[in-house]
Amino acid sequence: MKYIDEFQDPGLARRLLDDIHATVTRPWALMEVCGGQTHSIIRHGIDQLLPEEVELIHGPGCPVCVTPLEVIDKALEIASRPEVVFCSFGDMLRVPGTGRDLFQVRGEGGDVRVVYSPLDALRIAQQSPDREVVFFGIGFETTAPPNAMTVHQARKLGIENFSMLVSHVRVPPAIEAIMSSPSCRVQGFLAAGHVCSVMGVGEYPELAERFRVPIVVTGFEPLDILEGVRRAVRQLERGEHTVDNAYARAVRPEGNPAARTMLEDVFEVTDRAWRGIGVIPDSGWRLSSKYRDHDAEYRFAVGGIRTAEPAECRSGEVLQGLLKPHECEAFGTLCTPRTPLGATMVSSEGACAAYYLYRRLDLPATKAREASPVV
Amino acid sequence: MCLAVPGRVMDIEERDGTRMATVDFGGVVKEVCLEYLPDLQVGEYAIVHVGFALQRLDEESARQTLDLFAELGMLQEEFGDAWETAAMEAGVDPVEEVRKS
Ligand code: SF4
Repeated sequence: MKYIDEFQDPGLARRLLDDIHATVTRPWALMEVCGGQTHSIIRHGIDQLLPEEVELIHGPGCPVCVTPLEVIDKALEIASRPEVVFCSFGDMLRVPGTGRDLFQVRGEGGDVRVVYSPLDALRIAQQSPDREVVFFGIGFETTAPPNAMTVHQARKLGIENFSMLVSHVRVPPAIEAIMSSPSCRVQGFLAAGHVCSVMGVGEYPELAERFRVPIVVTGFEPLDILEGVRRAVRQLERGEHTVDNAYARAVRPEGNPAARTMLEDVFEVTDRAWRGIGVIPDSGWRLSSKYRDHDAEYRFAVGGIRTAEPAECRSGEVLQGLLKPHECEAFGTLCTPRTPLGATMVSSEGACAAYYLYRRLDLPATKAREASPVV
Repeated sequence: MCLAVPGRVMDIEERDGTRMATVDFGGVVKEVCLEYLPDLQVGEYAIVHVGFALQRLDEESARQTLDLFAELGMLQEEFGDAWETAAMEAGVDPVEEVRKS
């Protein structure tokens, strides 16, 4: 069976699962922070292999999904200008703004280009001195250092026709917001591995202690996720709440110091609105005043754009783990990947897209378990 | 976009005062900035995100991850043609879209 190979080592997966089954005595709810983990979980049916007591709640960790509508509208406004070459990562193309998306802006004649790296956008700026090149800088702590370096380079090389529309978000304040909500059910976190590759684990002990919640740094592959769940469940059963690193091959406790230094130089912490959730204090980065010349928001005076989010999309609740995607009324009817109402249906890491893509909703748990990977 | 993919450094050069490498991701080759891992050497593996090496990785875990990503089609998601994907999702003719880009 194909799935068995996907687990690389089904024997090890089986042993991890057995250990989790043997450890669990009561119900626990764990949140996987990262959208990449959500997709891995749904794709492999990991949630259905776990004991019934262990519930995985999907977290807000998809940068495309949490980028607020008004930032998309700012991007659309800038991308529509004739003098602008607007560069973006590919997965932002179909995120709906008010009435349209970047894909449509290109159809209407806008010069929208997909780049693999922010440095590609900088190169375009170097090669086309008569155009204004703008890069759409979104993402969590993993993407922020590459974007920071690119702005730094632009300045160092004196590339004046390059600017960035920055909407970066930070994970720890989101964890804090989720844990502070009165409706919060989360008892443990699987922290996003690649965020910690950059930031290290230093921001977490205080959160683990304050909210008495175990935080296990976890990778993205099925075995990584099973190991993260196993360690979180062990802590919960023992009444512990510490920070544990289950992704040591890619995460050092100090993270990447060079990247963190650059982040501090180029960005400053700011309050940031998360799509569907609202403003979370200190949860984002913007360019520091030193780099204002390269800030597209100022250069194109789009700072005043304000838009309300569509009422029918419940992605805010999905992103906070309060609602499963298929429980949204619009799911699969008004809202599909072809006609998305929210970013969570568009992004390759969005929870609504994962549920839609893998058609997991109509499969009863027992059936799913039979059809599933390891067993 | 948030996927970070392991790759192997094939060669290293200095460009515009920046340390850059050619990195092989299981067949797809890309330019990668080494400024955040300046002592990475040819032959070593690293986790790479949007064109930047972010953390060293040992060969075995790098290979395992690459094999898995390749099998799951995640490398296509990361390195494939974004216009084609967007066109298909939007129900537009993908061939037309790719030609435009
Ligand atoms: S299914 Fe669509 S409308 Fe409902 S929460 Fe998800 S993205 Fe929003």
